Amino acid sequence: MTTPTQTKLTRRKALMFGFAASVVVAQPAWALSEAQARKLVDAVVRDINAVINSGKSEAGMIADFEQIFGRYADVPIMARYALGVESRTATKAQMTRFTKAFSGYISRKYGKRFREFIGGKIEVKSARAINAGYEIRCTAFLRGESPFEVTFLVSGKSGQDKFFNMFIEGINLLLTERTEIGALLDRRGGNIDQLTADLAKL
Amino acid sequence: MSSLFNVPRTVRLLAMMGVSLMLAACATGPDLDPTNGIYDPYETQNRKVHDLNRDLDRAIVRPAARAYGAVLPDEVENIVSNFATNLDQPGVLVNSLLQGDLRGSGISLTRFVMNSTIGIGGLIDAATELGLPQHDTDFGETLYVWGSDEGPYVELLLLGPSTARDAAGRAVDFFTNPLGYALDAPEKYYGTIAGGASALGTRDRFASTIDGVLYESADSYAQSRLIYLQNRRFKLGQDTANTAADPYEDPYDDPYAN
Repeated sequence: MTTPTQTKLTRRKALMFGFAASVVVAQPAWALSEAQARKLVDAVVRDINAVINSGKSEAGMIADFEQIFGRYADVPIMARYALGVESRTATKAQMTRFTKAFSGYISRKYGKRFREFIGGKIEVKSARAINAGYEIRCTAFLRGESPFEVTFLVSGKSGQDKFFNMFIEGINLLLTERTEIGALLDRRGGNIDQLTADLAKL
Repeated sequence: MSSLFNVPRTVRLLAMMGVSLMLAACATGPDLDPTNGIYDPYETQNRKVHDLNRDLDRAIVRPAARAYGAVLPDEVENIVSNFATNLDQPGVLVNSLLQGDLRGSGISLTRFVMNSTIGIGGLIDAATELGLPQHDTDFGETLYVWGSDEGPYVELLLLGPSTARDAAGRAVDFFTNPLGYALDAPEKYYGTIAGGASALGTRDRFASTIDGVLYESADSYAQSRLIYLQNRRFKLGQDTANTAADPYEDPYDDPYAN
């Protein structure tokens, strides 16, 4: 038989347990564990290696790479950041076209250098929470190169955990693209439509 | 062999260090562009030097590097690079000591002793083979450790991207390597020659990356400036990834977007 006091205690305990349990369950939603970070990075590396080993032509590999890029990266936010302040005055239609051109441009630019990645591997060292999401620090081992540090930034703000930036030995790749896109835009007198058209050919 | 403790030279070195520290200290006024962390008040002049450097690369350095890479087998290139790196180690040791970095001092001393002996005068990087970590530093880093500001960005003729602090550091590093005092000509120039050859090897090994920045980007000056500054700050242990702008900060709720 339970006394009223015991019932009370049990309820309070249950409440506390429930609260504690909800905290534990909720945790993965805001803090990417190292294991999860490793899974995400491993998945990308595996997909890229599959493309390299597919024996396809360079054009075929680049098309595959663009798919991987769309699957794992938050392309709209990257395109917007690369375009800089101009993205504020652009119409929705202009942004959609620019984002598509940007995705192709990035895929060709980095896809051309796939060969350097053959036989390469990336090891996750640590993961931690930052403002926008998580920072995953890795060491990259490429054939014939000394190991170097690669950091990925991941955010769940698009609804899924996606990469939005990458640092190689401290070099912010999204910022170098913002510099490049900014220079291309300046050369075209700030004309986004002209930039979008030309980006598709670069 | 001249004396290691050549007094006038040591005095000159100390004076150089003092001047460079003062220069670097004057070079403050951080009018940093908050979006990219760049302070470049001499941009007009720097761009002229950049164009000249690019012309020199196209006409001389790139072809020379390509020839160097094509003629020499990779093994020989590694030997040249090992030799140059080993001769730099005493300078690395001095700078590590000036930074109070005992671990780094120990590593550079051990590396120099091991590679000069069992590494046959530095031709073989025996220390790395035996698992000793790499260690590299310079007087630019020493100035950083001593608290001097980075100063404005500068592009140096032939040497390329730098900052006021690192340029001052480079000038002093001509004198921080004790081998320059311990050796006579022509031995004291071996390091410089090997360093130049090794730089050609590096230019060739990273040809596609360097060509991409210099000849394929829309603004090679802005691109090399950004890459240099970010990589240099990273090597000095500054957390570039954590201080970068957050692309999510405004865009998703931008009133003009729709």
